[in-house]
Amino acid sequence: MSTGGRFGITRVVRVRIAIVVVVLAVWEAVAMSGWLFRDVVPRLEKIGRALLTLLAKPDLYGNLGTTAYEVGLSLVVGGIAGVAVGLLMGGNRTLGKAFEPYLHYLGPTPKIIFFPIMIMWFGVGGGSKIAMGAISCFFPMAISTAVGMREIDAVLVRVGKSFRAGVGQMVTKIYLPAMRPAMLTGLRLGLGVAIIGVLLAETKLSNRGLGYMVIQSYTRFDIAEMYALLIVVFLVAIAANALVSRLGALKRGSS
Amino acid sequence: MTTPRDSGGTWGPIALGLATLVGVLAVIEAMIRIGWINAFIVPLPSAVLLSFERIIVEEGVLKRFLFTAAEALSAGTLVALVGISLGVLLYRRQILRLACENWIAALAAAPLVLLYPLFLVIFGRNAVTIVMIGFLSGLPPAILKTVEGLSGTRRTLIDVGRSFNLSPSQQFRKILFPAALPTIFVGLRLGLMFALINIVGVEFLINFGGLGQFVNELAERYDLPAMYAAIFFVILVSVGFFLLTERIERWLGRAR
Repeated sequence: MSTGGRFGITRVVRVRIAIVVVVLAVWEAVAMSGWLFRDVVPRLEKIGRALLTLLAKPDLYGNLGTTAYEVGLSLVVGGIAGVAVGLLMGGNRTLGKAFEPYLHYLGPTPKIIFFPIMIMWFGVGGGSKIAMGAISCFFPMAISTAVGMREIDAVLVRVGKSFRAGVGQMVTKIYLPAMRPAMLTGLRLGLGVAIIGVLLAETKLSNRGLGYMVIQSYTRFDIAEMYALLIVVFLVAIAANALVSRLGALKRGSS
Repeated sequence: MTTPRDSGGTWGPIALGLATLVGVLAVIEAMIRIGWINAFIVPLPSAVLLSFERIIVEEGVLKRFLFTAAEALSAGTLVALVGISLGVLLYRRQILRLACENWIAALAAAPLVLLYPLFLVIFGRNAVTIVMIGFLSGLPPAILKTVEGLSGTRRTLIDVGRSFNLSPSQQFRKILFPAALPTIFVGLRLGLMFALINIVGVEFLINFGGLGQFVNELAERYDLPAMYAAIFFVILVSVGFFLLTERIERWLGRAR
């Protein structure tokens, strides 16, 4: 950001604080005015208390663990499959031209509609949620890997060949390091859609996980708890995303 | 982009891709008929193919398609109006941009669609909820790409406008906006795609509206061949949408 110096950090921070204060004040005013149903826009204090109660519940951490486990496993399954397919498409022109269009077509399809199929294949338990996450993150991973592989600088490959590197050495010393930025982009996108896939599957049919908790608080019409849960979910998702982005920046810095 | 030079060689791979698809379907068909795959879990590909006529004639899939398309169009219009306006605002007020751009990028990473229970409470179980979720999830890319496009305008173009003594609004209409349009369109395309994904998803989840509800209903009726056909139909819609917007994007890119 080139214009950062013009305003200085403190002014940006001040504007940010002002925005937050204004939003909270408007919220509180709406909550007190009764323009909307009071339950839809509860007082900030009520949401704050619900958040504290929620954070004190062991229940939350159990469900958070379930969701994290499902997302993690779906990333492993979908990620490995995506990288494998991406390497094949990126490494071979004919295969790429033959099958990559299908990746691009299926990529933007709403994956949740596959959920009934996944229930039939993997059951109503965690398996179908992991499968949802896995097919969600498969596509960004595969597409990014294929693109990353194709964009490797030909000079690097020639350097490797002139050093008579074996296949294993070529993969670990040339291909993977050169593709790291593209693959991290894929991982970041994949993580985002895997989280969405798992959470939505949990809201549709489940008895565990954060998605299930959200939909439970909706059926109980406990709106304050629902807000608290959504805040937790959003913060966790944003933190996970930031962690992966940081990982990318860190690795690029050290190499 | 296909150049005339390599377009001659693309038909082979395309044929290979299609042949593989047909081959896989044939193998699945054979395996189900032999009994290696349970027909109660995976329907016969031929049965899926045959049920296409049924979902078009009897189930009115086209009407549902129009419903979903109307929702996507409404959400897309909102995304374009609000997203571009907010993008322009952030471009004009650099301090706001510095304060908010990272927040908007973070929002883009948050699972906004999970707000749907909240929207159910506010708007009820109707098309408004679906459109609002679509709008909200499509908004971040539209804003971010508008800012990016406007600030990426080449210095020379801006100086040309200045030397013609254009007023600020003329400068915006004649120079900045046209120069940023291809990038803005990338944002709109992403936004529309997110909107469409979330619209079909929410339709499926709350069992209301167009194609998403259709898939859900067929699943609940355990009408497997029709369900697979309906899913295939949703994929077709996404593909058509993807190709259309890609075409427009290329056309805009070339115009630059």
